[in-house]
Amino acid sequence: MAAAPPALHHTLSVVVENKFGVLARVSGMFARRGYNIFSLAVAPTDDERFSRITIVVDAEQTSVEQMVKQLFKLINVVKVTELGPSESVERELLLLTLRANATERGQVIELLQVLGGSIVDVGHETLTVMLADAPNKLDDFEDLVRPFGITELQRTGRVALPKLDKSAPRRPVLGKVG
Amino acid sequence: MKLTGAQALIKSLEMEGTEVAFGLPGGAILPAYDPIIDSPIRHILVRHEQGAGHMAEGYAHVTGRPGVAIVTSGPGATNIVTPLCDAYMDSVPMVVISGQVASPMIGTDGFQECDTVGITRSVTKHNELVMNADDIALSIRQAFHIATTGRPGPVLVDLPKDVLQTATEWNWPTDAEVAASLPGYRPTTKGHPRMIKEAAKLIAASHRPVIYAGGGILNSHAAAELRQLAELTGIHVVTTLMARGAFPDSHPLCLGMPGMHGNFTAITAMQRADLLIALGSRFDDRVTGKVGAFAPDAKIIHVDIDPAELGKIRRPDVPIVGDARLVIEQLILDVRATGPQPDRSPWDRQVAAWRKEFPLHYDEPEDGDQLKPQFVLETLRDSTPDDTIVVSGVGQHQMWASQYWRFEHPYTWVNSGGLGTMGFAVPAAIGAKVGRPDKMVWAVDGDGCFQMTAQELVTASSERIPVKIAILNNAYLGMVRQWQEMFYDERYSEVYLSPDLPDYVKWAEAMGCVGFRVETPEEVQPTIDKANEIDDRPVVIDFRTDAREKVFPMVPAGASNDDVVVHPTQVPLGSPGPGRRPPRTVQ
Repeated sequence: MAAAPPALHHTLSVVVENKFGVLARVSGMFARRGYNIFSLAVAPTDDERFSRITIVVDAEQTSVEQMVKQLFKLINVVKVTELGPSESVERELLLLTLRANATERGQVIELLQVLGGSIVDVGHETLTVMLADAPNKLDDFEDLVRPFGITELQRTGRVALPKLDKSAPRRPVLGKVG
Repeated sequence: MKLTGAQALIKSLEMEGTEVAFGLPGGAILPAYDPIIDSPIRHILVRHEQGAGHMAEGYAHVTGRPGVAIVTSGPGATNIVTPLCDAYMDSVPMVVISGQVASPMIGTDGFQECDTVGITRSVTKHNELVMNADDIALSIRQAFHIATTGRPGPVLVDLPKDVLQTATEWNWPTDAEVAASLPGYRPTTKGHPRMIKEAAKLIAASHRPVIYAGGGILNSHAAAELRQLAELTGIHVVTTLMARGAFPDSHPLCLGMPGMHGNFTAITAMQRADLLIALGSRFDDRVTGKVGAFAPDAKIIHVDIDPAELGKIRRPDVPIVGDARLVIEQLILDVRATGPQPDRSPWDRQVAAWRKEFPLHYDEPEDGDQLKPQFVLETLRDSTPDDTIVVSGVGQHQMWASQYWRFEHPYTWVNSGGLGTMGFAVPAAIGAKVGRPDKMVWAVDGDGCFQMTAQELVTASSERIPVKIAILNNAYLGMVRQWQEMFYDERYSEVYLSPDLPDYVKWAEAMGCVGFRVETPEEVQPTIDKANEIDDRPVVIDFRTDAREKVFPMVPAGASNDDVVVHPTQVPLGSPGPGRRPPRTVQ
């Protein structure tokens, strides 16, 4: 199941004009140039003229550079940022339906409390739960609940923003080793 | 002022300076054809929409202004996909207006409906479906702006019939409004000063530099600056297939065309170079041969207005994003400031030796042989003004035309480079002649190519566009035949076309042209002279050429440029080696 993306994964945060057909231009460019999309999430930004597409790709560095340049060639693409795994905060949402009868539900609820998830729907023999977290946390959760029996699973694909600068301006780095 | 969408469209084209549009009406585009009657725009009615597209390209190639084509929905739009792709590959500025079914019909598989924007998305620089008549003027302004700035290319504007029929308040957007409407489009034109200084330093340190000039020189109008740079530094220049004419062939520093059918010296100088200065060129596979073995010792300065070209094929040591002319202007200043160029006389002597040993060559015909195509081209070249515009199709004749013509002026060579579109020559020549009626326009075509788009000579006759067509008729798809001879053990598969079917002279006459047939060397010159005197209608000459003639030099597909195959008679006996390897079969 949802294996962790290989170490080569790169996240591209792409701001595009919020117009019809723009997603087709972006995904069409990837298909046309033979690039593989690992996951993709799209939604409007706070400025309704623009949407942000977060694309995770598996590729080596040189072809990521080429992807960024090809993306930028699209007239409706306004900004492209490449986010390394250590340079971004990434989140993903998981909805998952699993088999859990009355006796098993307690264990599931306990697990959800620990991981910060919640129950969004309850059926006779099943539960649908939600968890929003870093992608690797979702992977862990999947593994933990698999013994109950997963019947449906949907992940959103990750969204990401750059990590914020933590250092105060103009302060010398002290005690730097190496 | 209230206008219909169609009137706004035609008025927008006029405002953009359109003097001619190539097109063919149909159902969905009908509303746009009504205001054309009252417009100063000259409309040229083509016989097939592919012709309209290539005419627009030919026009753009020789004028530098965007070519305009108008087609209807469905098959009209799909017929112009090939020229769009051709223009995209060769960075030709073009604006195509396509009709679309009325907006309520879109998505219902209506009559003559197709997803034009979807189909053309990957073969245009940009395209747009306009759903509101109020947006027509802005869309046309955007289209011309995008087509002509940055790396030029084709833009398609798709207009539903009801949008063309809707009334709209005329409003011509300002430059600022256009810029604001394209927040993601800001081409970089000025090169980075530090990088240009770096380039000047690399040049000063180089002992075997070669300037690798591409079509970007022509797009940026940098021929004069290129010449200045070459003369200032004394560096030899190769001109790619797209850049023929960007640097005069008669110039002592000109090495001519590199690549698969380039001349030996151009190919080998690049292979042995310690520095390649790529100006508006894109390391196309036809130039590099096997990429891993291309110019192995060369550092690379790569100047291109399209950032995606830098590092796409070969990682540059000095990447410079910018307009070739602006970058070269600055580079000249920096080269001057860097001081004198090193002594490169050993390299210059080596280049001169290659030139002497391996000039272009073909064997004289023996009695009973058919015409040598190279001889026809030499005679044509020597019988026409040196600013004659030469247009070619794709194949052997194209390579020979590029090799044997001597291009002295920019914008005198029009061909389909990247896409390799057979049938390009006739319509592109018509477009070129419309753009430059003051110049003589000769299309050099193959018999295979000619049969693909010859119907446009009807357009040329009826519109009084006196182009001249030289068919090098060897009765074969010649380039394919050459590959089958050399690489498929002479097993000729589906390449024979017949010299007499069709009868090219009768066909030409039926299309309102003058037709000639030439079979002997003695007839070549006088027939060309006769053709040159005809200026009131198109002329077609059917030259019967020798099918056994092959294009040399040749770098076989996938081979290293070190393994360039020269003409068999240039191979010294008993000395096959790098650069002198004979072909597997020699006729």
